[in-house]
Amino acid sequence: MERTENNILFHRIFPIEGGDFTNAGSTSDQIKKILKEAGFSNTLIRRICIAAFEAEMNVICYASKGTLSLYIARSFLKIVVNDEGKGIRDINLAMSEGYSTADEKIRELGFGAGMGLPNIRKNADEMVLTSQFNQGTHLEFTVYLDRQEAALPFE
Amino acid sequence: MTLKEVKDILSAEVISGDHDLGKEIKCAFAAELLSDVLALAQQGALLITGFTNSQVVYAADLANLCAILFIRGKKPNEETKRLATQKKLPLLTTPFMMFEACGILYEYGLKTCAIEMENGKDGK
Amino acid sequence: MTLSDLVKSFGLKIEAGKDRLREGVTGGYASDLLSDVIAHSRKGNVWITIQTHPNIVAVATMKELSGIILTGGRQPEAETIQKAEHEGIPILASPLFTFELVGRLYQMGISGMSPC
Repeated sequence: MERTENNILFHRIFPIEGGDFTNAGSTSDQIKKILKEAGFSNTLIRRICIAAFEAEMNVICYASKGTLSLYIARSFLKIVVNDEGKGIRDINLAMSEGYSTADEKIRELGFGAGMGLPNIRKNADEMVLTSQFNQGTHLEFTVYLDRQEAALPFE
Repeated sequence: MTLKEVKDILSAEVISGDHDLGKEIKCAFAAELLSDVLALAQQGALLITGFTNSQVVYAADLANLCAILFIRGKKPNEETKRLATQKKLPLLTTPFMMFEACGILYEYGLKTCAIEMENGKDGK
Repeated sequence: MTLSDLVKSFGLKIEAGKDRLREGVTGGYASDLLSDVIAHSRKGNVWITIQTHPNIVAVATMKELSGIILTGGRQPEAETIQKAEHEGIPILASPLFTFELVGRLYQMGISGMSPC
């Protein structure tokens, strides 16, 4: 069967435990390794991984648990994050720079500056964010490879 | 400015990571909130911070920073040091406070990172 | 050196406490971690940070700091401004990043070590 542009070539799911600050950052780190081994450019890796880090931190800071999935396709890289937790009450507010619902504990750990979601949007080509307050949040963001300078490494 | 010069100027100690102090620092960024670091620090920057948890190493690695300088004699835990060594990211510590450390380095000519993004820019 | 001098020298935006700018500045303290500021800042210090939430006012009041300067073009939250006006804590803002602002303050003679 012929491969299409959107066929998923690689997929991995990473579980994230809410409140697990000890391991915070390890998921994005694993993603960086995968992308580096796959031969993607440094610029691309930096964009996706910074966004993944912010997404990972959001689950740890605000949710009870979640999953982060990495998809590699011929024409794009995509990350999908689903979490269970308090969700986002006002998405527009959440997307504005500087707005934060972080509590003392989170701030003292150096997070909660209110730049996470804006950072994700800045680094992705497309972003979808939906949430049910007190249930959870769904976030996905995509980086298109044909808009990058480097072609897919295993062409 | 190289890492060696920073070490000498601020009486810093190299605590782990890559000991190649000849690395040239592109610019400096002082922050303790990681999202700011990820949003604004440029590749090759020196991060000056009092934040010693392992996330700072992950973040610095993701942002391709040059090295991390901890202030006020702060030292990270073993896990953080191990991570830095694995990633070949130099960690230094200086007895100076953040204010003095920045002031002195600025005086010696180290520049701040330039603003890369435009305000209000949406994803492409 | 007073906060008013700093406003003039750096074109700082006054977000709150415009009547308290004659405060003398004893030194500078730069940190975004509240516990650090509580532990190590000195009375009369001007606090350089990017934190914008209302707790910064409580900290500044507790430590009797002369004022707060937000960097990187940050703006304080509405509740922060309200609290600051109420407590008489000046909040100023600069578009410069922390490293550069501190560098320039240092060159003006403001030090990180304030006299005991």
